[in-house]
Amino acid sequence: MFNYTLRRLLLAIPTLLFIALAIFLLLELSPGDPMADMPLTIPPEVREQMRLALGLGEAWYIRFFKWLYLFSVVEPSHVLANMTGLDWLAIEGQRIISFQTRSPVGDIIAQRLPQTLWVVGLSYIFGIMVAVPIGIYSAYRQYSWFDQAGTFISMVGFSLPTFFTGPLLMLIFSIWLGWFPIIYDTTLVVDSWYDFGLQLRQMAMPVFVLTLYNAAQITRFMRASMLDNLTQDYVRTARSKGMTEKVVVLVHVLRNSMIPVITVIALGIPTIFTGAIITEQIFRVNGLGALLITAIYASDIPMVLTLSVVFAILIVLFNLIADLLYAVFDPRIRYD
Amino acid sequence: MPDGATPVLDVKNLKTVFATRSGEVHAVNSVSFDLRPGELLGVVGESGSGKSVTMMSLLGLLPSPPAEVRSGTVMLGGRDILKIGAEELRNVRGREVGFVFQDPMTSLNPVFTVGFQLCEPLRKHLGMSKAQARNRAVELLELVGIPDARRRLGDYPHQFSGGMRQRVMIAIALACDPKVLIADEPTTALDVTIQAQILELVKELRQKLGMAIIWITHDLGVIAGIADRVMVMYGGQVAEHGPVREVFANPAHPYTRALLQTMPKMHGARDAKLRVIEGQPPMLTRQPAACPFTARCAHAFDRCGRENPARRDIGHAHDVACHWDHTTADPLTAAEAPA
Repeated sequence: MFNYTLRRLLLAIPTLLFIALAIFLLLELSPGDPMADMPLTIPPEVREQMRLALGLGEAWYIRFFKWLYLFSVVEPSHVLANMTGLDWLAIEGQRIISFQTRSPVGDIIAQRLPQTLWVVGLSYIFGIMVAVPIGIYSAYRQYSWFDQAGTFISMVGFSLPTFFTGPLLMLIFSIWLGWFPIIYDTTLVVDSWYDFGLQLRQMAMPVFVLTLYNAAQITRFMRASMLDNLTQDYVRTARSKGMTEKVVVLVHVLRNSMIPVITVIALGIPTIFTGAIITEQIFRVNGLGALLITAIYASDIPMVLTLSVVFAILIVLFNLIADLLYAVFDPRIRYD
Repeated sequence: MPDGATPVLDVKNLKTVFATRSGEVHAVNSVSFDLRPGELLGVVGESGSGKSVTMMSLLGLLPSPPAEVRSGTVMLGGRDILKIGAEELRNVRGREVGFVFQDPMTSLNPVFTVGFQLCEPLRKHLGMSKAQARNRAVELLELVGIPDARRRLGDYPHQFSGGMRQRVMIAIALACDPKVLIADEPTTALDVTIQAQILELVKELRQKLGMAIIWITHDLGVIAGIADRVMVMYGGQVAEHGPVREVFANPAHPYTRALLQTMPKMHGARDAKLRVIEGQPPMLTRQPAACPFTARCAHAFDRCGRENPARRDIGHAHDVACHWDHTTADPLTAAEAPA
């Protein structure tokens, strides 16, 4: 297992290098100019000098390797220094600078990450906590009213996009009822119970919208997987041994049913960082998704490139984790 | 076998019905039989004759809905186990009646170790501690002939071969020393040499442990080799029943006769065609007012289509449900054999 993990991690390096290059070249080929936002009164010579100052005068391969060095060595050293508080870890000198804000991308990402993790991460955890029990019970009592209702709700949750449910909730709960604020206030510092209440209220709607969506998806998988297993012969064997229904369902069937669901859950984790782009836009949550969108609008190439590669790393990593979890849950799978 | 001893299991008029889209299917129709201590009862019949459903009905192992045990009594240990509560029934399963199923490849849970699955009933029914259960599990695996038992407790089912898995299943069924072992086609999914080994094992265990066994199969050769009594089922009913030698020497039901003729002969012409019973088993959607075998029976006459024959005693502890008299080859009137 250890060897397998190591081999997979080593194999991930060329994969990620290739992904980074592909994204870089795509951005090179894409239309748009970082100078486009500048006033038209700036003379062309000055404009050209500004381009050179941003480093856009160099050949593409030089820019790519410079970015690669900064991304893999310099930026991580700063992130590490911030996390540990050990300033000497940070490497002095040039960092990846966002064209838009003129600050290092690593610092901006570090600033935005908590919002995304709180809202999107929490809704993913809630989604799992809601979906797994509902999926189990729906399958165990297939075609009962509970199952019918659960199937209906998850169908609705799955088919309605978050850009529909989001504004709908805003209309009902913010405009008509006035219970929750429309805009997510990122500057809110929680240091009293009152602020904590505010934080809960501003998180309620985005978390609910995303939870509904995540839960709908996972419920379907959980239910289908349980149904597959409930009719297996080993279930009859467990019953014939005199095991209680609780043991039969929650020990024998559940463990088998979790195998495919674990994979789905693990593969879904990268979407915590990427998939909530639209929801973050709607609720004005100042997270990574919103950051990526504004960076794309502004042709902020260093930011778009860095974020995209970070997402790619997460996806590759969680793919590996899903494969490893597979082996943990299913003794028939061994990577030796 | 000790004749006349009180049966360990006494089933009377068991009726099981499946609710389907096209109406009710009468899968088990007034089946009665008993099982004496230490005896091996063979149950034969083709697929869909209700053998397995009968046995699963006894312990409520059929999924309900669609299955429903509609009537009958199943006396085990002085009480009717169709009438007892769910918790008490769970204490019968595995504790008083052990079950071995057909396919050892799928009957064991693939994600738990054999030791875990074997210890489960020991801990639940006998209240053993973890260590006690493990020691007993080792004994059980040794009993069913699995070498290196202590080490193999930690193995998963996929690390065993088919025959070994069926041995594990038998060990699980026997874990709590049940009075009755129900084996539902335990050798059907195994190849012939392994089949013979499992049969030998069961014979041996029966002598050692003395439990009564119900052995479901469609292999008449197996029945001839190990059973004391045989019950032939057709269309959810008992067609014929009696001591093995008697039934094989003197088959009274046209279905039993046909079954025996389908067995390939070891001697005789090599190019002789295999005999088959023409036609299909009946659909049991209607409460059968006729003998279910009528359509395929060589001796059927008008009465067979009107009246479902009752089981009648024909001597030597042998009974048959048929309107046709095999000794004289004559149809029987209602006076001679009441329906």
